[in-house]
Amino acid sequence: MVTADRIIALGLMALSAYFMWHASALPIGWNGMTGGPGGGAFPFWLSAIIFVTAGLIILRSFRRPKDTGEPFFDQDTLRSVVLVVLALIVTVALLPFVGAYIAIPLFLLWYLKVFGGHGWGLTAIITLATPVFLFFFFEVTLKILLPKGWTEPFFIPLYARFF
Amino acid sequence: MELLGHLADGFGTSLMPLNLLIVFLGVTAGLFIGAMPGLGSVNGVAIVLPLTFIVPPSSAIILLAAIYYGAMYGGAISSILLGIPGASTAVATTFDGRPMAQQGKAGLALITAAVASFVGGTISVLLFTLFATPLADVALAFGPAEEFALVLLAFMTFVGLGGDDVLKTIIMICLGLALSTVGLDLISGQPRLIFFDLPGFYSGISFLVLAIGVYGIGEILYTIETQKTAPSVTPARLTFRELGYGIKEINKLWKTMSLGSALGFFVGMLPAAGATPAALMSYGIAKLTTKTPERFGKGAIEGVAAPETANNAASTGSLLPMLTLGIPGSPTTALLLGGMVMWGLVPGPMLFIEQPDFVWGLISSLYTANLAAVLVNLALIPLFVWALRMPFTVLCALVFVLCLVGGFAPSQKLHDVWLIVAFGVGGYILRKADYPMAPLVLALVLGPLMEKSFRQTLISEQGNVLAFVERPLSGTFIALSAAFLLLPLIKHLKRLTGRVPSAAK
Amino acid sequence: MGYIFTRRTLMALAASTTLIGAAPALAEDWSPQKPVEMVIMAGQGGGADRLARLFQSIIQQENLSKMPILPVNKGGGSGAEALRYLKDKGGDNHTIMATLNSYYTTPLRTDIGVNIEDFTPIARMALDTFVLWVNADSDIQTLDDYVAAVKESGGTWKMGGTGTGQEDSLVTAMLEKEFDIKVTYVPFKGGGDVAKNLVGGHIDSSVNNPSEALGFYQAGKLRPIAALTPERIEVFPDTPTMTELGHGLVYWMQRSFVAPKDMDPAAVAYYTDMFEKLAASEEWQTYTTEKALMADFLTGEALQAYFLEERDKHADLLGSMGEGS
Repeated sequence: MVTADRIIALGLMALSAYFMWHASALPIGWNGMTGGPGGGAFPFWLSAIIFVTAGLIILRSFRRPKDTGEPFFDQDTLRSVVLVVLALIVTVALLPFVGAYIAIPLFLLWYLKVFGGHGWGLTAIITLATPVFLFFFFEVTLKILLPKGWTEPFFIPLYARFF
Repeated sequence: MELLGHLADGFGTSLMPLNLLIVFLGVTAGLFIGAMPGLGSVNGVAIVLPLTFIVPPSSAIILLAAIYYGAMYGGAISSILLGIPGASTAVATTFDGRPMAQQGKAGLALITAAVASFVGGTISVLLFTLFATPLADVALAFGPAEEFALVLLAFMTFVGLGGDDVLKTIIMICLGLALSTVGLDLISGQPRLIFFDLPGFYSGISFLVLAIGVYGIGEILYTIETQKTAPSVTPARLTFRELGYGIKEINKLWKTMSLGSALGFFVGMLPAAGATPAALMSYGIAKLTTKTPERFGKGAIEGVAAPETANNAASTGSLLPMLTLGIPGSPTTALLLGGMVMWGLVPGPMLFIEQPDFVWGLISSLYTANLAAVLVNLALIPLFVWALRMPFTVLCALVFVLCLVGGFAPSQKLHDVWLIVAFGVGGYILRKADYPMAPLVLALVLGPLMEKSFRQTLISEQGNVLAFVERPLSGTFIALSAAFLLLPLIKHLKRLTGRVPSAAK
Repeated sequence: MGYIFTRRTLMALAASTTLIGAAPALAEDWSPQKPVEMVIMAGQGGGADRLARLFQSIIQQENLSKMPILPVNKGGGSGAEALRYLKDKGGDNHTIMATLNSYYTTPLRTDIGVNIEDFTPIARMALDTFVLWVNADSDIQTLDDYVAAVKESGGTWKMGGTGTGQEDSLVTAMLEKEFDIKVTYVPFKGGGDVAKNLVGGHIDSSVNNPSEALGFYQAGKLRPIAALTPERIEVFPDTPTMTELGHGLVYWMQRSFVAPKDMDPAAVAYYTDMFEKLAASEEWQTYTTEKALMADFLTGEALQAYFLEERDKHADLLGSMGEGS
């Protein structure tokens, strides 16, 4: 737990250093001429505070080490979390190519059948009903087009029908 | 009473059968749109706006008001049931609404939210009717300095009350504020923090993206990990006995609700402030004035009622500057304003004199929309509660899909969907290490306003920092902010000094 | 086309399933097959957004397009986001973009890898005008009063406007140069915000578009000092123009539509025709007179030439402003 705490604080320090580097592209000082801080001042000094505070967290962890010995990640369930995150990443990566109407049912199919262990009946109903709902709710009613990718041509008759 | 006569005429229009039907349809549609994570009243109003040219303007404005109100009610639904605030105004509702749902009191929380919204809406509409014209001047007195002071106050009411690890809270606030500076620097007109030169960052990081990421994806990942097997969300029930109990409980909340309504209306009325600070301040004040602050954050019913009254009251309040000054207080009112312009109505001080039919028709439709919203909402609560009883994996899968699609919908950028996944994972890890999420999200919402008004003031005042305290209104707010910050600190120190002898050993 | 077009608008709000009137018989070879995306170079609620949504509703009301036009705001980075987006849409026949002056100023100010010459011009709908405003409570009645007051303030005169580098700041720079004055420029988020702060006395003057200040003007809260147009604006007959007063200051905000690179010429013809019908519609005509817009329709090569000419002008303007403060 203490190790994880330190690693996260280190990560935040790295992130804030990256922010500071980006922010310093704009003036970070107090500009007397225009009155008030420059464009980079807010992000820079806020990141600086993160940097210092995260450093304090690390120092604190050395000063009173009360490691409960409890692991940060539960090994059994960490696997599930990593799997779900990977599935999400794959789904989003697929969106621009195969479109929402293939990527999302695929995700649902995997999640319900493989990950959730549900029966085929329930899986089929949800996997098929969700895209229909999405189409009518988002596209037809709200006029928000979802990414289609290669499936675009198949939607032209649907557009002609419903718009 | 000229005013009452106008109002009676207005009701004559809004109570016509066709218009009543429109109200119910609009409210129901708004409710569902608002309940979707990612979608809110802006989306509802944007879609209906072009359609309103087909129906007469009086019916059109009723439809828009109905959708607006419906979506405001709906926002609380996803906050309570899923813990994902559908709009920034509903962030404060998650603090206690979510714990209530986890304890199996989702029904009670939803009823409270609906009733509180109704009370907030009604009181604010009354205030609107009575004081619309004189209050316009108050809104005008608000310049950048006052805006800054007000946002600071909203922030402090929250920060001062937080009970989390101080260092980690500071980090999250600064991170939220730093993320809020991504995009274009308004003052110098230059892009900043465009990470990896991705064009998606030019428009900054939207609140919805962060909220859906950390509350939607992050929260479910956390639940998946912490609950090894079955989910622990207590199945929610809703019986008439519970409804009765709920009404009795809500009856005790009058103080919280009337305070929240008045506060919400006045804060919502101020241009640029709007419903988010109002809901926060209302929550903060409810926690400060209660005798049992330790219950807050763990499912206190006041913690749901306070922000919900305030945000609904604020949504009415934000119509005031739009009608009297032509200044929209929120993106939704900006669209409504656009609609009015298209109907040939000129918003501004003359509207009340030249177009009384329209103004009072709108006000009376606010009443009817509000009433319709609470009825439809109460009728649908069993349905929403039932949805929670789905098997956990099914619910998760659907929420994931809603998060992805809901995150894409507002800006229609895949960039945002990637960010949602990234924030989800990041938020999950930070949450595990006990970093609080609410300060992060709220800092992102309030950050741009704070920075902008701070720098505008300094530019106008040639760099004179004292300008903030010299102006009476902003000075008062700053003094209040300081009090809010110091009060809990003193309390904390007292407790600490009292405990030191025993803790030292 | 092998499909039957049934006009069924399945709106959740069944209240309005009445889109009466058959589509006008368009005899062109091309018509959109899917909803057309209308990218707006500005955020929600601003003047550009309002106008784009007005176009959308007129198109829908008058049945000018077979497929719905869907507005999408991409206002990030003063329109940099929208320009980059349009660049990636090369060859797309279902995307158009509503532009304003940032169409040329943004690529000039920051290098975003976009050359506006690549885009396909569709139609210029209107030119918006600029007027110099002060609070009606002030003593300033004429341009001379104004210049004297600014000079007397010694640089503390607060001029409000939209973000630095955007139109209002350019106009301010033009004024500073012409009258040899120095003002403190306070950027706000949008024109409405500026007008409100002027009425509230938080700033001393502004160069709002008439549509943003009209409500306050009619209520007697704001006073127009001079218009930056060649001729007097119809709704302010008593306000002199800068040209009349002997200062050749004219500045326009253009409102046009462009399309991605390599759009099918038939599609370009379709959209041009659509906007031409729009420009002739009664709603548009009423709107332009009421809001003091100059409806000035321009298409094709002439429009492209106009864009390039304006870009050169703005390059000079920006150069003389000496950016980088």
